[in-house]
Amino acid sequence: MCTMIVERAGISGSGKGVDGWFPVSRVNVSFDHPTHAPLDHALNIDFVNEAQGPGARVAVELSSESGLALAHAIQTALQRAGVTPADAG
Amino acid sequence: MYTTDMYEGMLAETTTLRGHDGDVINAYLARPLGAGPFPGVVLIHHLPGWDEWYREAARRFAHHGYVSISPNLYFRSGHGDPEDVAAMVRAEGGVPDDQAMGDVEGSMKHLRSLPYVNGRVGVIGTCSGGRHTVLAASRIEGFDAAVDCWGGNVVMEKAALTHAQPVAPIDYTGGLSCPLLGLFGEDDDSPTPDQVAMHERELKRHGKSYEFHMYPDAGHGFFYYQRPSYRPEQAMDGWARIFRFFGEHLAASV
Repeated sequence: MCTMIVERAGISGSGKGVDGWFPVSRVNVSFDHPTHAPLDHALNIDFVNEAQGPGARVAVELSSESGLALAHAIQTALQRAGVTPADAG
Repeated sequence: MYTTDMYEGMLAETTTLRGHDGDVINAYLARPLGAGPFPGVVLIHHLPGWDEWYREAARRFAHHGYVSISPNLYFRSGHGDPEDVAAMVRAEGGVPDDQAMGDVEGSMKHLRSLPYVNGRVGVIGTCSGGRHTVLAASRIEGFDAAVDCWGGNVVMEKAALTHAQPVAPIDYTGGLSCPLLGLFGEDDDSPTPDQVAMHERELKRHGKSYEFHMYPDAGHGFFYYQRPSYRPEQAMDGWARIFRFFGEHLAASV
């Protein structure tokens, strides 16, 4: 992975992995070579719980257009629910 | 050359060795059966991890008469599916260069300690492993040939340097201690053809022995048969160049 572009953020919630649900504590967002998506570079989003080891991960690899659509959808949904940036902890 | 009436066999297994700071890490070793002596090759895996492709590559080198070892540079990040471990390392910004070099040096010394190795050892890597290969050949004494396959971030802007990667590999060019083969794709954006040209100018300036090949209609990772980036013609030519290069520099009689 050669861009080494990565952003990390602390989060709280749950994710469903291969062994079922687990609490997620961090999201790692990178723009780099994906493992599975048929793209040279992808927006890779990993919801993880580092304390539970490498396998505690829910992963998606998206095209950049999909990443923008996802970001827009998240913002719109939160806006409709009355959540504003001021609500960020 | 292999002929159909020859006996052929290999041993391939997980083993351990002492890497950076004397830490025990695991590694995958593949070798032809027989007393040898055989040349050795250290395979440095890419940032997608210590994965199946590298096990296959290790066995490919064994099939071609090399004792090959691929150290798990992510050993310290925990264990699980290689993709999950790699994702964890990716989030950390990769492994520190010093740590990777310690593990690669440990791998080279491990090969040199084996009674069936002929005393000559090469190093090869792809993607981040290509970058690590350039670093290893420049910072570690003891390699006889090096192959950089599309290593990105050999040329780095100052702003891209981090605590883990504090020096651009190109800045170590004066220390390159063995011949270097480089395989690149014209459509790659890391390294770009301009960055490869910059590296080449630096190698020339220092009077180093090198051989660079820039393939048309190929981008990053054109050896990876499981990815859309695969380019069979360029990949087969690349493999042929690798075996010719290592054959020339790692034979016992050199």
